Amino acid sequence: MIHTSNLSKKYNANLVLNIPSLAIPKGQSFGLVGNNGAGKTTYFSLLLDLIQPTTGSIKNNNIPVHESENWKPFTSSFIDESFLIGYLTAEEYFYFVGELRNQNKADVDKLLAGFEDFFHGEILKQKKYLRDLSKGNQKKVGIVAALIGNPEVIILDEPFANLDPTTQIRLKGIIKNLTEKQAVTVLISSHDLMHITDVCERIVVLEKGEIVKDLATNAATLKELEAHFSGAVVV
Amino acid sequence: MVKHFISLEWKSFFRSASFGKSIGIKIFMAFIALYFTAIFLFLGFFMFKILKEVFPNQDPFVVFNGLLFFWVLADLIIRFFFQKLPTMQVKPLLALPVKRKNIVNYVLGKSLMAFINFLPLFAIIPFGITLMLNGYALSNMLVWMLTLVLMVVINNYLNFIIESISAETELAFLPMLIGVAVLFGLNHYQIINISEGLSKGVRAISENPVWLVVPFAMVAALYAFNFKILKNKLFLDSGLKEKVAEISTSNLEWTKNFGAIAPFMQLDLKLIWRNKRSKSSVWIVLMGLLYGLFFYPQPTYQSMPWFFVFIGVFSTGIFLINFGQFIPAWDSSYYKLLMSQNIKYEQYLQSKFTLMALSVAILFILGIPYVFFGWKILLAHFVAAIYNIGVNTHVILYGGSFNRKKIDLSQKAAFNYQGTGAVQWLLGIPLLLIPMGIFALFYFLVGFEVACLVLASLGIAGIVFHQKLMKGITAKYLQSKYKMIDAFNQNN
Repeated sequence: MIHTSNLSKKYNANLVLNIPSLAIPKGQSFGLVGNNGAGKTTYFSLLLDLIQPTTGSIKNNNIPVHESENWKPFTSSFIDESFLIGYLTAEEYFYFVGELRNQNKADVDKLLAGFEDFFHGEILKQKKYLRDLSKGNQKKVGIVAALIGNPEVIILDEPFANLDPTTQIRLKGIIKNLTEKQAVTVLISSHDLMHITDVCERIVVLEKGEIVKDLATNAATLKELEAHFSGAVVV
Repeated sequence: MVKHFISLEWKSFFRSASFGKSIGIKIFMAFIALYFTAIFLFLGFFMFKILKEVFPNQDPFVVFNGLLFFWVLADLIIRFFFQKLPTMQVKPLLALPVKRKNIVNYVLGKSLMAFINFLPLFAIIPFGITLMLNGYALSNMLVWMLTLVLMVVINNYLNFIIESISAETELAFLPMLIGVAVLFGLNHYQIINISEGLSKGVRAISENPVWLVVPFAMVAALYAFNFKILKNKLFLDSGLKEKVAEISTSNLEWTKNFGAIAPFMQLDLKLIWRNKRSKSSVWIVLMGLLYGLFFYPQPTYQSMPWFFVFIGVFSTGIFLINFGQFIPAWDSSYYKLLMSQNIKYEQYLQSKFTLMALSVAILFILGIPYVFFGWKILLAHFVAAIYNIGVNTHVILYGGSFNRKKIDLSQKAAFNYQGTGAVQWLLGIPLLLIPMGIFALFYFLVGFEVACLVLASLGIAGIVFHQKLMKGITAKYLQSKYKMIDAFNQNN
């Protein structure tokens, strides 16, 4: 589904991302881990054409993202709070995103009905603008908005951060359901090794912009990742 | 501490994304400042002669003091619109061991450094010196100059109090204008002779320096009041304490008539209505609509048809100028969303265009009563409206692609008052002067009707080539997409 080739991003002389090749097949749940500055958000921003690559390209369903805009209808994302419109209520925001993705109110309402326990009664019918919601609740809105319109590719940057434990567990269920039952390609990044090994079938470790590990998740993956990040050598 | 504050501001100025642009504006502002300095110096040096000439039988010193009241009023109005309390990024400082007292004192102290406070000195000092040379006592004149400087300081702090009070009401500048009008009226109709009272007071102080206590006490009181207001605002939760009002949502069904651009139009309308910053521009629209009433009742302007177009462009295009110049910065806080969502850039821009064009049409219709002052005025307004729709909308959209400055809509009002500064007015000048220039040229060369025709055909040409123009503008926006995303990502 997503093919990355010869991708690099330089800021002045500083190479922040260098991925010679990376292919993510359709329906995979793909996890990206790495310390701060490893290039996770840079990679996602390149994938969304928010910054320009220095060399190489990313093809999303065979569409080069920085040449055509045709990847937009089937790709959705939530990177940070700047994806929210602060002066709308949650419903208005969902309907707005719905209209952009050709979904009418009934479609959106149907989708939202499935997330009632995820929202925990704190999102809908609150008569509050998004800017007045707490960070965690804003995140819930952003994540659910990214699911509107049956996207085939969903990109979530650190979806677990700021969420309460209950919601984290529910989110894991949602992501698993998407990839297993609906064959949606989900890309997430996280600093929480436990969560990401729980949800993702494949985990890539970035370090200073380079891929240093590419693992198919199994029972030993969490140990291996922990060893990697604590600096120990894995035998 | 002050040293740290200054270095912080220095860095925020030179390291901001819009640095290149703001330096250009700063240079322009410097020229304007020089111009005003020259005018005030000229007034200062020749005031004595001028007053002698105009009022030959009176003491120039007394006459000048009699005018002080009007200067104070004018000064207050100008300050109200152009002088804002200096801003500072205080949030990061609140958690650090910095005394709130220091922050407030610094901000208030810095406000004195504004150019508008120094400007009167250029007139006061030369005038004071010429008075001394003409036989007024040195000591009296020194005390007199000090009094005037104190009056400047009083105005400075009084203005911030008025601004902070008016910022809490919806009507923004209306109470201020009414207040000044009432004071002026009371004085003009001799109900209370304020100007004479002020004049006597100032002269009494210069005779007897003991009375300097009065202005000093006023400065101290105003400073203390400002201090109190600001200190109360320096809490993270002062924004939260204002109750989050329950909001009513409207679905704006009528926008559906505009088809594909409907979601964006709904978004824009909500943007305007739900944010303090943009809401104030609605009130400016009202002011712009009534702008013609300043001129048309006066017979002088009746014989200057080329001037009608200026009023026409201004009063039908006030929303266009006010709203348009911040495209796409209005959407800066969620620009990344728009850029990664399933939207066509052209639709996004088309929505802004439609909104502006509609506003021109509505403002023209509301302005039809101007026909009372003559059919030529209505005709001039009509061609001005066509020009606005056909040309100015495209120009301002094109200009928006150079926009690199983020607007923080969600910012609570803490240090951010009406959000209208000098720059905002400067940008409107080419939009107003060019049509007036074209019109005036043909008016003097040929005649009124032909000038109308030329301006209208320019506007119609713009409307005819609308699709083509929008394509070009869209391309320009796409070109600067990455730069805009990057700039809108930065604070400041």
